[in-house]
Amino acid sequence: METKRWLRALALAALAAAAFAGCGEQSGYEQGVSDTEIKVGSTNPYSGPASAYGTIGRAESAYFKMINDRGGVNGRKINFISLDDGYSPPRTVEQVRKLVEEEQVLFLAGTLGTPTNTAIHQYVNSRGVPHIFVNTGATKWGDPKNFPWTMGFNLSYTAESRIYARYLLENKPDAKIAILYQNDDYGKDYVEGLKKGLGDRAAKMIVAEASYEVTDPTVDSQIVSLQASGADTFFNVTTPKFAAQAIRKAYDIGWRPLHILNNVSSSVGSVLAPAGLEKSVGLITALYFKDPIDPQWANDDDVKAYTEWFRKYMPDADFKDAFNVSGYLIGQGVVHVLEACGDELTRANVMKQMASISDLQMPMMLPGIKWDTGPEDFFLIESGQLARFDGKEWKLFGEVVSAR
Amino acid sequence: MRGMEADRARWILIAVVVVAACALPFVVSSYRVFQFNLVLVYSIVLIGLNLLTGFNGQISLGHGAFYAIGAYVAAILMHHAGVPYWATVPAAGLTCFVAGCLFGLPALRLHGHYLALATFALGVAMPQILKYQGLEHWTGGVQGIVISKPKPPLGLPLTQDQWLYLFTLAIALLMFWIAWNLLRGRIGRAMVAIRDHPIAAEAMGINVAAVKTLTFGVSALYAGVGGALGAVVVQFVAPDSFVALLSISFLIGIVIGGLASISGAIYGALFIQFVPNIADQISRAAPWAVYGLFLLAFVFLMPTGVAGFLRLAWARLTARRAAAGGPIREPR
Repeated sequence: METKRWLRALALAALAAAAFAGCGEQSGYEQGVSDTEIKVGSTNPYSGPASAYGTIGRAESAYFKMINDRGGVNGRKINFISLDDGYSPPRTVEQVRKLVEEEQVLFLAGTLGTPTNTAIHQYVNSRGVPHIFVNTGATKWGDPKNFPWTMGFNLSYTAESRIYARYLLENKPDAKIAILYQNDDYGKDYVEGLKKGLGDRAAKMIVAEASYEVTDPTVDSQIVSLQASGADTFFNVTTPKFAAQAIRKAYDIGWRPLHILNNVSSSVGSVLAPAGLEKSVGLITALYFKDPIDPQWANDDDVKAYTEWFRKYMPDADFKDAFNVSGYLIGQGVVHVLEACGDELTRANVMKQMASISDLQMPMMLPGIKWDTGPEDFFLIESGQLARFDGKEWKLFGEVVSAR
Repeated sequence: MRGMEADRARWILIAVVVVAACALPFVVSSYRVFQFNLVLVYSIVLIGLNLLTGFNGQISLGHGAFYAIGAYVAAILMHHAGVPYWATVPAAGLTCFVAGCLFGLPALRLHGHYLALATFALGVAMPQILKYQGLEHWTGGVQGIVISKPKPPLGLPLTQDQWLYLFTLAIALLMFWIAWNLLRGRIGRAMVAIRDHPIAAEAMGINVAAVKTLTFGVSALYAGVGGALGAVVVQFVAPDSFVALLSISFLIGIVIGGLASISGAIYGALFIQFVPNIADQISRAAPWAVYGLFLLAFVFLMPTGVAGFLRLAWARLTARRAAAGGPIREPR
């Protein structure tokens, strides 16, 4: 009887050991490349507080599906493994370690979120895993000296602010500016960018600043106090819900400043329409993507191709949601880098090709806004074009402005 | 006789589990070591929460807040004061003990659901407190604090993951041992008596207020130790890491693992760590729906938690064998 019990215990232990061993590392092709496949990893918030961004990850997957249906890149299919991190930094660390150590992806692309990417910044750089098209507007992703394996995707928030600063210095040098910003790194990056862009004149031109918390119910009182400062220019650094409130409140209390709205909230469907289209007339923002629902691109071949892809590969998603465009663009970027790598699919070469993009016009970018990187320049998108809202759509004006 | 034999079997089982836990980092990949390291971290938090909820009957939906305090104490000490990682663990524990006692004082007046709500308020508020501008110099605001990973000491031939796992395991064993000692003595009996019948407990001369407050403090201490270790393992703290859902996950952990059971903390920690991953693999579109199904399945199939289920299964097994040939005995 005693032996039987021991036997049973041994059997259980053996079973457990086998289960653990099964979890171990797999051998095979190094670093996620074979003759038929390239493994690319990503994390996105498919669940949790930021799950609205999840559609970007789905758009990326849908784009690679189209590429694979057409035969892949150099005969290799892209195996895009996009995991849910719920916008929680510890989960991101776990998922990225899974991608790198278990799935053995060649590189990471389009990982989304500032806190989540901060959590893996050191890890990917100490392991030498390319961490590219990082999908946040923070400025810290362009630091090739300290973080040679990380490069961002978006026009950085500070760069966008510099575009506005340049516009103001040229067109309204005596502006009295009031700023409303979200009290986090995103909002502060914008404010800092504007101050830097204005240079010596910042202290004189900025007459009022007010902030709000993401959790505040409204920004009405901030708008009232900003109006009271006597400002004639309003820099509105808010996320969609607050942007709509701010636009409506400013209009309703009779404040008619030169109103600059950050690109984050430039969506006509989800911000300006709720705020009231007639109340949004005259808003200025900086754009860099083509908005697929904008009538001025109705006959544009690239937008037609986008629409065709969308209808076929993302039939259930919301066409009006401009986030899908960034997923599409990141997908195109990854394919571009892989094509440039040819058959030399190593991590070092991926990073080298990523840092040698030269004056590249991508289809869904506005004409003239080109991708450009270099060994010392880890900022992919560095220009934008100003647009004014005419009550129906954003009308581009002026030249493409470089924020460099 | 029979009782002694069961006791011996239990000690052998514990020894086997400890040996297996020590051997684990040498047989699985470093990614898995990292995951099991988090399991250990969560299990420390869960024993603490079980002391409070399982044994003392006070519900907390805010232990994520103490976990966050522990994590930030460790991160701030390492980042700003250059304190070595191992020294931050007791500091985090003590800070949380004080915080827990302070919170436990007003919480004394609240019972049952009201205490649950009060602690939930703490859990919900914590991410925003961490973002508070006045503390930003220390907490790093929304940016959080990045911590570098400790190297194994004395040139031991271990990877960083293996070393950290063994370090966490040692602390976890210590914390389990402390909890076990606490519970089998006078204090443990007092805690359970207060849970079962506070008036009778008071009539028997137990200082209900003191025991409840101290239990809250000790429970927070466990969460703080877990938080400090969690911060070192993940190498990063940020307000977004400590959302209200974390507190709820801890409560789920002790209920699934088994209320008022020390070993339940391990099962609960395994659940917290692995079930969301499994759910994510089953359905990318609705991972939380799958998670909910798992939760329902566990609650229906194992109403006394995994620990209670295993206890029952073990009792059935031995009873059947006893019926088959061994000496007949009363089921315990």
